[in-house]
Amino acid sequence: MVFVFVVVMIIFTYVLVRYRKRPGQEGIPKQVEGSHTLEIIWTTIPIILLIVIAIPTVSTTFALAKNYWDDPDAIKVKVTAHQFWWEFEYPDLGVATAQDLHIPVGKKIALQISSKDVIHSFWVPALAGKMDANPGNINQFWLQADKPGVFKGKCAELCGYSHALMDFKVIAEDQAAFDKWIAGMKAAESAQAPTSNQLGQQVYAQNCLACHAIGNQGGKVGPNLTDFGNRQTIAGYLDHNADELKRWISNPDEIKAGAKVKMPAFGDKLKPEEMDALVDYLMGLKVAQ
Amino acid sequence: MGHSHAPKKKGLLMDYLTTVDHKKIGILYFVAGGIFFLLGGLEALLLRIQLIVPNNTFLNGATFNEIMTMHGTTMIFLAAMPLLFGLMNAVLPLQIGARDVAFPFLNSLGFWMFFFGGVLVNCSWFLGGSPDAGWTAYPPLSVSFSGFSLDFYALGLQIAGIGTLIGGINFLATIVNMRAPGMTFMRMPLFTWTSFVTSALILFAFPAVTVGLVLLSFDRLFSANFFNVANGGNEIIWQHLFWIFGHPEVYILILPAFGVISDVISTFSKKRLFGYSSMVFATVLIGFLGFMVWAHHMFTVGMGPVANALFGISTMLIAIPTGIKIFNWLFTMWGGQIRFTTANLWAVGFIPTFVIGGMTGVMLAAPAADYQYHDTYFVVAHFHYVIVGGMVFGIFSGLYYWWPKMFGRMLNETLGKWNFWFFFIGFHLTFFPQHFLGLMGMQRRIFTFFPNQGLDFGNLISTIGAFGMTIGTIIFLINIAVTNSKPKNAPADPWDGRTLEWAVPSPPPEYNFKQTPQVRGYDALWVEKMAGNKGMIPAEPLGHIHMPSGSILPFIMSVGLFIASFGLMYEKVPVAIIGALITLFCMLLRSLIDDPGYHIDPTEEKGVEA
Repeated sequence: MVFVFVVVMIIFTYVLVRYRKRPGQEGIPKQVEGSHTLEIIWTTIPIILLIVIAIPTVSTTFALAKNYWDDPDAIKVKVTAHQFWWEFEYPDLGVATAQDLHIPVGKKIALQISSKDVIHSFWVPALAGKMDANPGNINQFWLQADKPGVFKGKCAELCGYSHALMDFKVIAEDQAAFDKWIAGMKAAESAQAPTSNQLGQQVYAQNCLACHAIGNQGGKVGPNLTDFGNRQTIAGYLDHNADELKRWISNPDEIKAGAKVKMPAFGDKLKPEEMDALVDYLMGLKVAQ
Repeated sequence: MGHSHAPKKKGLLMDYLTTVDHKKIGILYFVAGGIFFLLGGLEALLLRIQLIVPNNTFLNGATFNEIMTMHGTTMIFLAAMPLLFGLMNAVLPLQIGARDVAFPFLNSLGFWMFFFGGVLVNCSWFLGGSPDAGWTAYPPLSVSFSGFSLDFYALGLQIAGIGTLIGGINFLATIVNMRAPGMTFMRMPLFTWTSFVTSALILFAFPAVTVGLVLLSFDRLFSANFFNVANGGNEIIWQHLFWIFGHPEVYILILPAFGVISDVISTFSKKRLFGYSSMVFATVLIGFLGFMVWAHHMFTVGMGPVANALFGISTMLIAIPTGIKIFNWLFTMWGGQIRFTTANLWAVGFIPTFVIGGMTGVMLAAPAADYQYHDTYFVVAHFHYVIVGGMVFGIFSGLYYWWPKMFGRMLNETLGKWNFWFFFIGFHLTFFPQHFLGLMGMQRRIFTFFPNQGLDFGNLISTIGAFGMTIGTIIFLINIAVTNSKPKNAPADPWDGRTLEWAVPSPPPEYNFKQTPQVRGYDALWVEKMAGNKGMIPAEPLGHIHMPSGSILPFIMSVGLFIASFGLMYEKVPVAIIGALITLFCMLLRSLIDDPGYHIDPTEEKGVEA
């Protein structure tokens, strides 16, 4: 590419400098019709260059489209996009989460990507390209992390007002940590979650449970909150702390506006001590790490 | 000669409302397209101000999406297309030695359809907010997830699209039928050739978007389910229909610019265009391949590797004819005497800019790589390099080149150079950093970005560049004002031109050529100059010239559809019916009234040379 550009620019500069009209220059330049030899040269060379580019293009395209869903070694994740958050479900492991996608390092992660509302696009720039999340059909995709870390994920297809804020995280950890996390998630499902914060749990059960599940109990309209205390962010992009969480619960539409399925604002519905208890309860939702 | 009386003199407004003269319609296209261009530019500036720093709150997500959608829609449909039609109208009949286009009435109708379609889309600003689903308007976002505003998009573009289709058909018929004696296809100037291919692309591409917009309108207005997955529809169909139109649209825009550049470079190098026949061949090939590549906009939709690979390879093929063009331009200048007039500066500046845009195009054509580039600022940079760096540079070049022919006045060259340098440097400052923003992970169409991602500096530079382009554009407006205050004294052939339009006075009389010229070769005027002739050799004796009458009907027909659209949007059926009846009644009138036109006796007119 750069080579082509350099060649063109050399000819370009040479021509502009050499063939400027000079003061006092008279006469008419030779009216050349063209040159078959030159035409053939600058048709053939690009064709050869393109063939050179085309071969790896085709092979990589097919490699990236490989379907690992039936590979027994791959971790399967169902990705469902919503305005403006991401749902992750591990069908084989019986675990569901949202916003933070946990994966083991060095394994193929087979993804089935779909959407609940409008078209979104799943993109983790450092790990893989994009794949659109289309309502009504499932796209196969895969990615793999070769070293542990937290990777940024984004929505790449315009999906409404808060498209810019629809970030998520991919947390790649070694196999042992991942297994431990899965075990913790599963344990959370079977436990009736004994907690020191009785009021918070009660507020949660009355106001939140219909939409937000903990473990496998509760609604699926909003993100699953099982491991909420360990999340990287509030709402996908804010710092993970109690103040931001309180701001979110008080009026979500102020932070991420424009969703068709809206979370109601609880700022006026909860008493201050109920709010504090709820925030405290949610921040304490951590599976063993 | 029963009708050899000239029509009554009309006031300026009535004259332009009823005109069927291609030169005046060209001016109408420039005025309307120019206003929409300024509007789209203003929108772009607001977007860049919002993105100047991270977490900016100048615009919120809703307003940003509206402005972003309207910027794209306005620039493509309401600025780029009409400005090209303006150039084609102003120049093309002259270049082929014709007295007008094939269907002058249709020409006027095409303009007014476009105009009222554009006005309709922009009415949304005052009626509850403008479309906000991107200029591509993908369902379901554009159907059940967007408000009322998308109706303006669907109906406004439908009407404007009819106008464009009419215009395209008209130019096809004009080029096929109206060429002067001796003007064979292989003697046509490159601008005429590229306009010809562009018109053919319009003919085949616009029906796709027409169908798409009909489906979208039905989904929106009548709750149909074409794109509704829940009821058995499929939202991906829209993407195919849109891009089957949308990709050829890119070539519809860029090909006439290629034509302008070819003519300008040839004139100002004082040389025949190098490799004329391969340039024509490359143009036709680009037009043909342009229809084979639409799905490269959809690599991440999930079409599978076979479709992705095929569309990737077919896209790369377009680099070959484009490369042929670039080298032919370079070798046209080779050995010439290059004059750096403003028109030629734009043409010369076009070359490196377009080469960059073309190279990023090849990079995007590889599906595997596109998985990263897609829907990022890399794409934004790429298509602004080809559309602004390609088409807008071409239009500016054409404007400076043909301004004397259109208005009888020469644009100021000093201001023109300031215009060029501000716009050129501003352009590269704006869009070059966007390549890197995209590679660093900045998605397109985001209303804000977060700090500490390495995106701050690039966005700042980009916004500064946008102001540079703004200043350049303002200088152009000043140039127009200054030029307008000068006497109308442009010579017929100010640039030592090579093609037929320079054989008639500036501006040309309404019948263009007193006697239809006899064309004796490529670069028809140049051939005569070399043969030592003062002008073209006439192909017919001097005689009365038949002219078409003006008509207000196209204007009223367009108003009818405009009214009908409001009836549909607000679910007032009687209004919709009245609007449709107005249009139909005008069509009936047009069919029933026998209009023989009138005749001009050119010998009676004084001071006219041809």
